[in-house]
Amino acid sequence: MKADDITQGHVLPIFTDKPLSVTDFVRYQGASGDMNPIHHDTLFAQAAGFPAPFAVGMLQAGVLGTYLTDFFGAAHIRRLKVQWSEQAWPGDVLEYSGVVTEIRREASETLADVTCSVTRQNGGVHLTGWATFVLERAA
Amino acid sequence: MDQSAEGREGTPFEMTIEAGKVREFARATKSTNPEYRQDDSVIPPTFLAAAAFWQTETSSPSRGIPINLERMLHGGQEFIFHGEPPRVGDHLTGHMRIGKIWEKQGRRGGMMQFHEIITEFKNAEGTLVAESRTTAIETSQAPEKAGA
Repeated sequence: MKADDITQGHVLPIFTDKPLSVTDFVRYQGASGDMNPIHHDTLFAQAAGFPAPFAVGMLQAGVLGTYLTDFFGAAHIRRLKVQWSEQAWPGDVLEYSGVVTEIRREASETLADVTCSVTRQNGGVHLTGWATFVLERAA
Repeated sequence: MDQSAEGREGTPFEMTIEAGKVREFARATKSTNPEYRQDDSVIPPTFLAAAAFWQTETSSPSRGIPINLERMLHGGQEFIFHGEPPRVGDHLTGHMRIGKIWEKQGRRGGMMQFHEIITEFKNAEGTLVAESRTTAIETSQAPEKAGA
C-alpha cells in the first residue's frame, strides 16, 4: 500500500470469514505445534468445564495477520499485537475490521498504525488488535 | 508461578525458516497470498508461534514450574519485527525468558495471575530481528469468559 493512498482514519474493507470449524482449529494446531486438546477433543473440553471445544485464539490472530498483509503487503509488517476477550466457537461467523489511527514518520520510513477487531455474529468482541506497517514511498 | 521466577531464561534454540512450513502456516491462517509461496518468502505475521517445533526440553524458561493447564489462558500476544520479517532460508536463534509476573482480581471474584514469556530472535549475524511477547493468564476458577 502506498503512502499517498492512506490517511489517518482510513477504514479497511471488512472481511467476513466462513463459519469457524473444528477442522480449521486442527489445521492451525498442526501447523503451529500447539496441540492443546481443549480445541478439538470434546471429552477433554467438557471435563475442563466447557460445553465443547472452542476456537484457538492464535488462529484468529493469524487470520487477522492474513487480512492485514493482504492489504498492506507481507514484507511491510513491523508489529502485531492482539488481546482476546470473548471466546469464539465452531459455527461462529467472524468479521475482521481495521482503521488507520495514525500515520507517522520514523527514520526514513512512513508508518501506519492500525487498530483492528474481530467480532462475533452477536456483536461480541473476540479479539482486539494493534498493528504497524511500513507504507511504500509514493511513486 | 511466584515473582521470583521473573527473568528466568531458557537455553537458546536454533530455527531455520523453511518454505514448506511457511506455505503450511499461511494456508492454516487462511491466506492465499502468493507472497508466501516464493523461494524467499517472508514469514506470516504470527509464524513465530511455530517456533515450538524447534524448541527443546530446556528452551522453556518455565520448565520445572508447576502449571495447571486447565486454568491457563492465552490473554495476549505480540510480534515485533525490527525491519522486514525473516525470510525462507534465514537461520534464527531464539532465546526465551520470563518477563513480568503480576496478579489482578477477576470480574467474578477469582484471582488471575499474569505472566509474560518473551522470546528474542537473532539472525546469523547476531542482530535482534524479531520478538514474541506472550501474556499467559492462570485463573483460580474455570476460565469461562476470561479469554481464549
